[in-house]
Amino acid sequence: MVKAFATLLIHFALLTAAPPLLLGVINKTKAWFAGRRGPPLLQAYYDLARLFRKEMVFSRTTTWVFRAGPVVGVSAALLAGLLVPFGAFDAPVAFTGDLVLFAYLMALGRFFTTAAALDTGSAFEGMGAAREVSFASLAEAALFMAFVVLVRFSGSLSLTPMFHAPMTAPLHGLPGAAVFLVAVALFVVLLAENARVPVDDPNTHLELTMIHEAMVLDHSGPLFGLILYGAAVKLFLLSALLLHLLLPFSLGAPLLDWLLFVAGLGAIAVGIGVVESIMARLRLRYVPSLLIASAILCVFGFFLTLA
Amino acid sequence: MYLDLCLVAILLTAVSGVPGLGFGRRSAVGQGIASLLLVAGALLGAATALVALTSGTIETSSFCGALPELALHLRLDPLAAFFLVPVYVLGAAGTLYGGRYWRQAEHPENGRKLRLCFGLLIASLAAVALAADGFAFLFAWEISALSAFFLMTTEDDQSEVQQAGWVYQVAMHAGTLALFALFGLLWAATGSLEFHPLPAGASRPGVTSVLFLLALLGFGLKAGIVPLHFWLPAAHASAPSHVSALLSGVVLKMGIYGLLRILTLLPTPPTAVGMGLLAVGAGSAVYGVLFALGQHDLKRLLAYHSVENIGIIVMGLGLALIGVSAKQPAWAALGLAGCLLHVWNHALFKALLFLAAGSVVHGAGTREIDRLGGLAKPMAHTASLFAIGAAAICGLPPLNGFVSELLIYLGLLRINGDGIRGAWSVAPLTIPLLAMAGALAIACFVKAFGSVFLGPHRSEQAARAHEAPSGMLLAMLALALGCIGIGALPVFVMPALDRVIETWVRLDSPPPPLAELVPWPPLMGINAVLVVGALGFALLVRSRSRRGTPAQTVTWDCGYARPGSSMAYTASSFAQILVGLYAWLLRPRSLGAVPSQLFPPAGSFHTRVPEQVVEGVLAPLWAGFRRTLIPLRAVQHGQIQQYLVYVLVTLCVLLASLHPLGDILLRMLGW
Repeated sequence: MVKAFATLLIHFALLTAAPPLLLGVINKTKAWFAGRRGPPLLQAYYDLARLFRKEMVFSRTTTWVFRAGPVVGVSAALLAGLLVPFGAFDAPVAFTGDLVLFAYLMALGRFFTTAAALDTGSAFEGMGAAREVSFASLAEAALFMAFVVLVRFSGSLSLTPMFHAPMTAPLHGLPGAAVFLVAVALFVVLLAENARVPVDDPNTHLELTMIHEAMVLDHSGPLFGLILYGAAVKLFLLSALLLHLLLPFSLGAPLLDWLLFVAGLGAIAVGIGVVESIMARLRLRYVPSLLIASAILCVFGFFLTLA
Repeated sequence: MYLDLCLVAILLTAVSGVPGLGFGRRSAVGQGIASLLLVAGALLGAATALVALTSGTIETSSFCGALPELALHLRLDPLAAFFLVPVYVLGAAGTLYGGRYWRQAEHPENGRKLRLCFGLLIASLAAVALAADGFAFLFAWEISALSAFFLMTTEDDQSEVQQAGWVYQVAMHAGTLALFALFGLLWAATGSLEFHPLPAGASRPGVTSVLFLLALLGFGLKAGIVPLHFWLPAAHASAPSHVSALLSGVVLKMGIYGLLRILTLLPTPPTAVGMGLLAVGAGSAVYGVLFALGQHDLKRLLAYHSVENIGIIVMGLGLALIGVSAKQPAWAALGLAGCLLHVWNHALFKALLFLAAGSVVHGAGTREIDRLGGLAKPMAHTASLFAIGAAAICGLPPLNGFVSELLIYLGLLRINGDGIRGAWSVAPLTIPLLAMAGALAIACFVKAFGSVFLGPHRSEQAARAHEAPSGMLLAMLALALGCIGIGALPVFVMPALDRVIETWVRLDSPPPPLAELVPWPPLMGINAVLVVGALGFALLVRSRSRRGTPAQTVTWDCGYARPGSSMAYTASSFAQILVGLYAWLLRPRSLGAVPSQLFPPAGSFHTRVPEQVVEGVLAPLWAGFRRTLIPLRAVQHGQIQQYLVYVLVTLCVLLASLHPLGDILLRMLGW
């Protein structure tokens, strides 16, 4: 009872507090590659604190949708966080079909953030929103195909047992290969959904080339803070899902398992930083090919599990 | 008892438009009487159907006409009651809306015709659901097709409406022809026009296949399954909006009803049938939403989404059939539940969206998306209601579309997760297609909602728009509450679905109740948290902004001091990436001259995505027919004397054919 309560508490604490740290790790990695010292590890927290103290400025064109975008985005991401198992521990809420709810909560956030972008009537924000929904339609297919393979692999229809299955099931032979393909695809989906290189460059300075950053040009103050925070939560959740496939084991002791989870997430963040340092952003018209390829990898994985 | 009440409801709705014919062209009295009769009939019918559905009643009745062969049989069972509910709910909402949207005083030339046919359509749709023999079914089917035709061509002075009506009429009668063949064959096989299940082994497998294909053709044309959807976008776009809501919300669903009903008569189909329907459904879903993305006309866009949603419904049906073939009651229950619930849900949110589109037409005077914009300010209520409908049709939680899509996802995933091997093992490959259709629907509705209601006004008309009157808003609000209700409290709908599943799925082990298959409590908990959390956040933001009036400024456009509406992203630009990505399927056409010289003259640019099946396949086909059959015109020249000769010749041939030819020959030879 106490143990379950403690697990729940740690889950909530990590879900709400840890996400901005990943951004810090990514930026440190990129700075290290470029030979710079880089911003402090906790820079994202400072930014959030600063934004939440600031005033907001609204365009006269906007309506309630502009304000609802960030709010719904964060709420949906945090609720989706209740369905994701962290490390060797079960998710606080797990039920048959929660994988569909997870994906559709993300979609709910996307619906409102892109509508909020159109609410400003700015060409740049419309452009960003158009790219976001276009690429997401392919990323969604890849994500669901990845889930299909894991459902087959685990024989279960809930995220917690699905992603815990690699801990117990043998990972050699065909099923192992399928899980590997799914891991690759999930990594691509993670990069695309979180607007990282090679799909989008979060540090670019030209609005014309951006996706996610272009959508939020007009948001300011606490609402902008919510957007940054929501994006970090999304990155955290998809990384947590991916981590199950990369580190499919438990150390036995809860404390060690939590440490392993945090270290693993840090490693994924370093990995994202490395990708961003050594790769250029793809031209926009090649992004669909990347996403379709990742979906096809999952289809291969599916046929491997059928065998 | 319930059946009698249903008949009273049918009678009330059928005659609702008749008294109005006796009043003047501008009199509001006829309209008042019609609305009263129709709403009374619809409420009575909806209440009866709901009670009959939840109690699982089965009642039959028959009326002997002059010819004993042609007695009319009626039957009220859960499946029929299930389809009666949306017919009456949308009938009532449409009447409420139409009272303001199509006032007699504003439309003296066609208001009476519209209301007469509106009542007839609702009555005949109810009769289709209750019919229990081929004759009654086809009779009601034909009345519904014709009244729908007259409703759709309400504004028959416009050439595009005439064109759409003509294509619709041809498509519907081609479908009815297939149904005549279907019921004729069934008659031959069972010896009765009544709906009796085909006895096992009574017919050759080939006959069953033909029956199924005829049903798919006839009912598929009605439902608009790709590629039989070609008549749908133009037809639904050109009807008055409350009629579009009815056409899209329930008339299409009668095709699904027909398929479900015929499948209860045929023997258990092989797995391939279910797999085929699943694939066709997934194809329809993606095809519909892709074409919707390319549209510039708000109502045409919504019409293509009907193709998408019919695809999702057919996926559920295919899954149910796979479950029946594989003898897996859980799969069948989930598939059928998803199929049926999506029928209700689509009726609710698509009607809501069409009515909201009607308010836009009413308030701003155009349905061209790129000439609207910024309507959320003058039409705040309509905008919020449209947003609810848009989120619901995208399948987003906590609204009703999510629940039905979840049921289909769960069924497909269970095929995968249960690990029972068979031909159905590849069925889960349709899951990413369903997911993609969902994500594309989001793209399409963000485009529609954003371009129509958000951003700056793109035209004078949009700037002068006004909110819809309260009667219209009330009808939309009722439908929106339905969307939220089913989404937030799905447990209350499940018993109704269980009743239908029990009667439809005929397996040795009965299908488990849906409450056991889907864990509703955690889902409803998350939905509740979502609503409360978002509201809480909204209040927080509001209180912060109230503390000091937030600074207001222009939209930031890279330093432009006066951003104008022509700088805002248009709907066409928004969809451009996806339309370009799927150009091999959509084949967009662009017109206009792009400015090119140093001092360019005024340029223009216009794109459109035509209906491929009509422009690519049917139009050339028809032109070919026309060319080859033109010699036959000589036979049809309008001279009545010669027509009399034709009649005489036909009569002689028919009389001669009554005598066996052999007999005549033998007599001539003098035997």
